[in-house]
Amino acid sequence: MWSNFSFNPVAASTGAVDYDQLWMFEVVIAVIMTVLIFLAVFVFAIKYRRRSPDEPPPKPIYGNLKLEIFWTVTPLLTMLVMFGWGAKLYYEAYTPPKDALQLYVTAKQWMWKVQYPEGQREINEVHVPTGRDVAVTLASEDVLHSFFIPAFRVKHDVVPGSFQHVWFHATKPGRYHLFCAEYCGTDHSGMIGWIDVMTPLDYENWVSGAGEGGGTMAQQGERMFEQMGCSTCHLANGTGRGPSLQNVYGHPVQLDDGRTVLADEAFIREAILYPNAKVVRGYKRDIMPNFQGQISEEGLLQLLVYIKSLSAAPQTPSPAVKPGVKTSLLSYPKAASTALMAPVARKAPQQ
Amino acid sequence: MSTTVLEQPRVHEPVNYLNADYGWKSWLFTHDHKRIALLYLFSITALFFVGGFFALLMRLELLTPPGDLVSSDTYNKLFTMHGIIMVFFFLVPSIPATLGNFCLPMMLGARDLAFPRINLLSWYIYIAGAIITLSAVISGGVDTGWTFYPPFSTTYSQTHVVLTAVGVFVSGFSSILTGLNFIVTVHKMRAPGMTFMRMPLFVWSMYATSIIQVLGTPVIAITLLLIGFERILHAGIFDPKLGGDPILFQHLFWFYSHPAVYIMILPGMGVISELVPCFSRKRIFGYEFVAFSSLAIAVFGFLVWGHHLFVAGQSMYAGMIFSFLSMVVAVPSAIKVFNWTATMYQGSVSYETPMLYAFGFIGLFTIGGLTGLFLASMGLDIHLTDTYFVIAHFHYVMVGGMVMAYMGGIHFWWPKISGRLYPENWGRFAALVVFVGFNLTFFPQFILGYHGMPRRYHAYAPEFQVLNVLSSAGASILGLGYIMPIIYLTWSWFRGPIAPPNPWDARGLEWERAPSPPPTFNFETTPIVTEEAYNYANEMEAHVGG
Repeated sequence: MWSNFSFNPVAASTGAVDYDQLWMFEVVIAVIMTVLIFLAVFVFAIKYRRRSPDEPPPKPIYGNLKLEIFWTVTPLLTMLVMFGWGAKLYYEAYTPPKDALQLYVTAKQWMWKVQYPEGQREINEVHVPTGRDVAVTLASEDVLHSFFIPAFRVKHDVVPGSFQHVWFHATKPGRYHLFCAEYCGTDHSGMIGWIDVMTPLDYENWVSGAGEGGGTMAQQGERMFEQMGCSTCHLANGTGRGPSLQNVYGHPVQLDDGRTVLADEAFIREAILYPNAKVVRGYKRDIMPNFQGQISEEGLLQLLVYIKSLSAAPQTPSPAVKPGVKTSLLSYPKAASTALMAPVARKAPQQ
Repeated sequence: MSTTVLEQPRVHEPVNYLNADYGWKSWLFTHDHKRIALLYLFSITALFFVGGFFALLMRLELLTPPGDLVSSDTYNKLFTMHGIIMVFFFLVPSIPATLGNFCLPMMLGARDLAFPRINLLSWYIYIAGAIITLSAVISGGVDTGWTFYPPFSTTYSQTHVVLTAVGVFVSGFSSILTGLNFIVTVHKMRAPGMTFMRMPLFVWSMYATSIIQVLGTPVIAITLLLIGFERILHAGIFDPKLGGDPILFQHLFWFYSHPAVYIMILPGMGVISELVPCFSRKRIFGYEFVAFSSLAIAVFGFLVWGHHLFVAGQSMYAGMIFSFLSMVVAVPSAIKVFNWTATMYQGSVSYETPMLYAFGFIGLFTIGGLTGLFLASMGLDIHLTDTYFVIAHFHYVMVGGMVMAYMGGIHFWWPKISGRLYPENWGRFAALVVFVGFNLTFFPQFILGYHGMPRRYHAYAPEFQVLNVLSSAGASILGLGYIMPIIYLTWSWFRGPIAPPNPWDARGLEWERAPSPPPTFNFETTPIVTEEAYNYANEMEAHVGG
């Protein structure tokens, strides 16, 4: 029972180190305030105790405006520091860096399904390297879940009907808990997994060895794009009944009601599930069927990755790089590992 | 022989609200706010022990890491029912419906509340809600968590969600009616001379609470209705598969349920504002600041609900505004703590049971409030939310604060309510046991949360066991601390020494102008108020200046 006990939880990411600084700051403030209040209560209770039952009543004190102002303003200023610092940490924790390694996690009762852009899949295990920003896109097949890695001080709800994001930058290799933190039914406490943090070299070996036959996520998405018949209307040259999806993701789109919206993940999601919600200018309503209920969240993520790959070249995970990976990795571990893991960096030489 | 001595004065006892009539009809059809307060007292005490029993089973399960005592589904039902019963059927009505019902009219110098029949109706509605909810428990329970988050609650749960929601929905009207009754009573029923600024601070806090009850409760009622619509009629409101939005529910739910936290704690603050001056023989320090901080809490409390959604995908800038306002709402609570402490300065402090509970409240509420700042601080909330840190935080406020105040208040007004004195040393001992048991139960949970143990976990990782064992040990001590008062107060009701009208030498119309227990209509003649509250020094200028 005592063997596993420790007072300080492990901090295995850059965010966790920043987090613990604010945590310590607030602990110190809380301890100071608690000690002050307890001390005041004890001292007053003992010093001014009633010494005999018929002691004459003490002189009344109505109050003191200066004191009231003092103990209104001082806590407020202290709390503003907590607010500002906390908001900064929050902003950083929920703003994924641009060139992060991408991971796609689908939560369902009661498991975590993970897919890497390279195409591998895992359940309840997530392999990530140290020294890299890792951005996770979260989707839920059913109810609310929450993706929680205590060692990274990172958590985000997985909200059905939307994509959510979280990121981290692991620093210490090891195996860390992955918990579901939002109650999700019977086996909520069994919806746990492990984050395997590996050195970059180990990670390269793992990621290149663990591949499946299905190709990259983008390729899987492309196959689905054909199978579901999307490709019959969304012709690449723009002559189809639906708009071309080349260079759509991340760009503004004009709608038939005159609005212009950004084609982000939420837009793509809605366009697939409820195509009539926002119709692109120049195209007809009611042509495309609703895909709500026709496609799994995992499939949706693959389609998303595929559609992203059709857009701005740097987003494309190029399958052509793959065969050469192993050799380049062995000869130039560091440079190659970054090149492999960053879709952006990988494509960069071609520009 | 001792019985004859005790019985003797009873024969010649003047008529009071307890001995005015004895039949069951005189209780079930009473319009007397004091009798209704007792009806509430018995019902919420019963439900408190039902809710506490569920908690005890949970703590037993959590003694060991694997889920071995009860099944996952049973565990999920246990924490759900614990939460629903404790929040909606104990904490929300506790002080307002018992001590508020009993004291508020008397403190104002009124014969009863403004609407005595509505007051009785609100008890019946409360009982109806409780019976509906308990019938859901008996017929198999509900497993959504007290928060009813969809789409789990509307689409996936296989349990009695609708029945439970109906019970909570119904009980909400009881809360609204009590709030309405109190607001009207405070405005229209004050005795001559009882200006707003002469009202006891307990009345101020009841008034602030009532405003929240009347404005907030309809929102939870509508929200639960929408849950029913989606679950039964499959109307797409919250479930994305039906075209709804699960985050919408969280906004609606917390728009009530965060202010509801203040429904639960403000009355406790009101009780402490009575206890500290009485047992310090001192006027409260900074009356106006304590009074208006209650109203400030009621107003700002409505603007902070989004801090429950920091990790739910809420817009970052909305989150920042909610975080800022959550910091602001902490200020009036801090003001109260400082003023209570300052009241003791140069006082004449004695250590009767109610004051021990007040000490406990000030200390534990301080910890509960300060740990709330960790959660209001968005960056820290990411890791701490949905862990045991949150559990510890709100139990420090709700149990360490609210229940401490409730116990203190029950002991304080017990002589007035029952006409009997309770055994002081037993009271002190129980207060100490509650304090020790409480801290042992909930302090380890702060550390558990920081270490990352999620809440609502039936089974947990082995490294969390030490702290869980401490917590479970504390829970058994805490349980003992709550059972003791039941025993000695029951004894006191029948056998305790007869109480004088004002055993604490307290100020306030209920103590100074009415016998213990009071007659049905409280006062022989309508009191005329000529002084401010808490005139413990009997200052002449207050009498003269009026």
